[in-house]
Amino acid sequence: MRIHIPGALRSYTGQQTEVEVGGATLAQALDALDQRFPGIRFRIITEQDTVRPHIRIFINDRQTFHLAKPLRDDDDVYVVCALSGG
Amino acid sequence: MPSSTNVTTSGTVTLFIGTRKGAFILKSDRTRRTWKLSAPIYLGHIIHHMVCDPRDKRMVLMAASTGHLGPTIFRSTDGGKTWKESTAPPTFRKLPEGEKGRTVGHVFWLTPCHANEPGSWYAGTSPQGLFRSDDGGATWKPFSYINDDPQYIEWMGSAQDGTPDGPKLHSIIVDPRDPKHLYFGMSGGGIHESIDGGKTFAPLIKGMETVEGFDASVVTYHDPHCIRLCPSNPDRLYHQNHCGIYRIDRPSTEWVRIGKTMPKKVGDIGFPMVVHPRNADTAWVFPMDGTTVWPRVSPEGKPAAYVTRNGGTKWIRQDKGLPRSNAWWTVKRQAMTHDTHGLVGLYVGTTQGEIWASRNEGSTWTCIARHLPEIYAIEAAVLGR
Repeated sequence: MRIHIPGALRSYTGQQTEVEVGGATLAQALDALDQRFPGIRFRIITEQDTVRPHIRIFINDRQTFHLAKPLRDDDDVYVVCALSGG
Repeated sequence: MPSSTNVTTSGTVTLFIGTRKGAFILKSDRTRRTWKLSAPIYLGHIIHHMVCDPRDKRMVLMAASTGHLGPTIFRSTDGGKTWKESTAPPTFRKLPEGEKGRTVGHVFWLTPCHANEPGSWYAGTSPQGLFRSDDGGATWKPFSYINDDPQYIEWMGSAQDGTPDGPKLHSIIVDPRDPKHLYFGMSGGGIHESIDGGKTFAPLIKGMETVEGFDASVVTYHDPHCIRLCPSNPDRLYHQNHCGIYRIDRPSTEWVRIGKTMPKKVGDIGFPMVVHPRNADTAWVFPMDGTTVWPRVSPEGKPAAYVTRNGGTKWIRQDKGLPRSNAWWTVKRQAMTHDTHGLVGLYVGTTQGEIWASRNEGSTWTCIARHLPEIYAIEAAVLGR
């Protein structure tokens, strides 16, 4: 599946906007992403395996907070930052 | 207190500046009269603390987060020219599915370990947690037992009890005579001491006051803002508290409120505390308005440092060169520091993005940088060349 990387995290991916990874679940896909770009997962997911505040994850057009969510090879995963603050 | 362990008494000074919108490095010439500001480092990131290692001045650590991404630590091995991210930043223990575990919001405080432990560091976090790295900040692990101890969790209180941007563990202090003798502070949660390298900690709050109506015997209610140990006499510590300025002379276990001798119109509320690197009778504070709803700005809009040269018996106002009126500064707990020159230099960063410096121990002040983002922290290093 493809993980779409928000601008705030592209310093980790060498400015790549999309990254192809494998994995049967969202957790496995994020682990695979972190293997390639160390550190990126922790800036999205806490040490208690929860999605950080102001970050949302969509699988295709459905929002999810569950890392156990199954994924298909043709899914698109979107990581979205609210860019809150001022 | 990395700058306090640095004994170089002349040379160029480098200020490591953490702001709400990135880090900056400000370097002086040997006279400390002219200063050169770096380009922003990690612009847009919240930099809570940036500390140069007094054991190896090429090593600099920086605690970073953003408004929306998780916290991390960046590390430089070339004095701040290039940076790498920690591969395992501080994290609390993962609890089993269904249990509510704690998550690190940001790393707030960095302290190099003892001089005999090169490459080792402590970190304090928000919410309150204590961590240690033994590889120059590359990887971090929980230190001691307090992060999971039910008694300490109770003393830490809830987010409702802490400072507005999260309760914090700060002022991690290592006794220069003994790496196993440690102190730290929590806002809220009091001051704590270990004499066995963190195997056990115990509260050190006797003599400290709390806000009116709160029971001073309850550890949770204590809010030390900044604690400093005197390098020239490690048995003496000063601290600026939410409720006054204090000193303790060990082995006493009772803090003495030395802020009572401050002028009544100014009071003894504030955030930072600075101690002289070679004279334990000399210390500085930068008072904030703690009246009515606690504006936490310079009293009457007239900023000033106050110095004691006799351990708190008397305080002297130091405002020459500072604005005389309508300067509503807030100076955060990590935003005042000193260098180790023969005539000690003092540095104050404001939430309005100015840095004011004194080359003469507070007698006169000049503005050496302005228009920076809100300043969270300043640390000084004398490079000695």
